[in-house]
Amino acid sequence: MKLRLYLTFDESSVTKPVIWQLGRDFDIVTNIRTAEVKEHMGLVGLELEGDEATLNAGIAWLKTQGVQVEPIEQDVIEG
Amino acid sequence: MSIVRALKCRECGQEYPIEPTHVCEFCFGPLEVVYDYDKLQGKLTRELIASRPQTMWRYKELLPVDGDPTVGAQNGFTPLVRARNLEKALGVSELYIKNDSVCYPTLSFKDRVVSVALSKAVEFGFTTVACASTGNLAGSVAANAAAAGLASYVFIPHDLEQGKILGAGIFGTKIIGIKGAYDDVNRLCSEVAGKYGWAFVNVNVRPFYAEGSKSLGYEMMEQLGWRAPKQVVVPMASGSLCTKIDKSIKEFVKLGLIEDAGTRMFGAQATGCSPISRSVKEQTDLIHPVKADTIAKSLAIGNPADGFYANRVIRDSGGWAEDVSDAEVVAAMKLLAETEGIFTETAGGVTLGVTKKLIAQGKLNRDESIVVCVTGNGLKTQEAVLEAITPPRIIEANLKDFDQLAAADGVA
Ligand SMILES: Cc1ncc(COP(=O)(O)O)c(C=O)c1O
Ligand SMILES: [Zn+2]
Repeated sequence: MKLRLYLTFDESSVTKPVIWQLGRDFDIVTNIRTAEVKEHMGLVGLELEGDEATLNAGIAWLKTQGVQVEPIEQDVIEG
Repeated sequence: MSIVRALKCRECGQEYPIEPTHVCEFCFGPLEVVYDYDKLQGKLTRELIASRPQTMWRYKELLPVDGDPTVGAQNGFTPLVRARNLEKALGVSELYIKNDSVCYPTLSFKDRVVSVALSKAVEFGFTTVACASTGNLAGSVAANAAAAGLASYVFIPHDLEQGKILGAGIFGTKIIGIKGAYDDVNRLCSEVAGKYGWAFVNVNVRPFYAEGSKSLGYEMMEQLGWRAPKQVVVPMASGSLCTKIDKSIKEFVKLGLIEDAGTRMFGAQATGCSPISRSVKEQTDLIHPVKADTIAKSLAIGNPADGFYANRVIRDSGGWAEDVSDAEVVAAMKLLAETEGIFTETAGGVTLGVTKKLIAQGKLNRDESIVVCVTGNGLKTQEAVLEAITPPRIIEANLKDFDQLAAADGVA
């Protein structure tokens, strides 16, 4: 299945090759669709393809790397 | 006559046909409904609009629905109140409250957006509608779906207040409480939206949904006697309403329905969830997501989808943004109730609290017209003011006891 996500990097994670490692360590195809990197923050629009269990494991790993993972819709819950 | 042209990516400009979709395939940018205004030139007149029933649909040419609405045909057209007592209290010369706390049928401006979203959903052939919400949106989707004979699912955080659960549940919707961290809940909802063939009002039909907010702006201008105010103060959660009121003004100017008044847009947030106001005050366009912590739960969106665009509208118009503490929110709710007899929810407290602050700062001009958008009803957030009201004084049922009390009040 395919997932489209925004990854938000903070000051400590913004310089790490996280996406490269995600593709190497998990059976996931990564496809960067948009990216904006500033000094203290980075935002990457990423398409991921793989099976559901692998995608979930990959996302869990991303979070351990200090990356915030969210759907491209950003906050879906409204008032 | 529909003048809708397409869905257009706000980032790269790519256009798409009118379908239940909301992000650009190329760059993931959000899609927006765009129109061929030329087709309406000279056809949509003040007289024509004024001759129609007093609902938000009197501006139907500018809403993205083909023909007449099938859901929420009675919604909108709330009062615009000249707030003379509040003018005195705040020391300003021309202040209005756009009072969506009495919006039909569920007492918040969400009835506008939901009416458009569900009418569009019916057009697309959906029979089940859904949303993820902490209150106002859930109630509005549930009620409007019930009236239209649509099935509905509403997703809420599992620990929501009883009043909010009731306010949706009464309409016979299917309510799902979700456990987990906010990120996980978000991701689940967007996956559900992608997988099930439902119209998720704030996901796959969001471009249409969001357009409904423009009707608040149209009404405001018509009710002012076909003019735009100099200054508008708007509460911000995702930031969408702020951008759409700005869009409504630009459209009316473009169609020759009003003169350009150089309206400045002002955004209001609670300090406990202020990613947009912070970005404006720091004069950057980067929105840093935050973890929300405020009594203004209907505005508690920590990672706002339209934050960047609201920021831009505010700065381009020459406006500003501010945020206020929970105590200031409660004080403003009381102020509005005591001066104008309007009981708003916490979001309205945020908007008026910020208005007060911006006046004190000199950012809002005291001598120019101001419209304050009050978007929700106080009966839904009673917990917030329970301790701020004076409890009744209990007396025996005899006149002597009351006389004593009246003497103490100095009215005897
Ligand atoms: C009462 C109330 N006012 C204002 C808003 C802000 O809306 P937006 O997400 O368009 O900024 C919301 C919704 O989230 C709301 O419930
Ligand atoms: Zn695009």
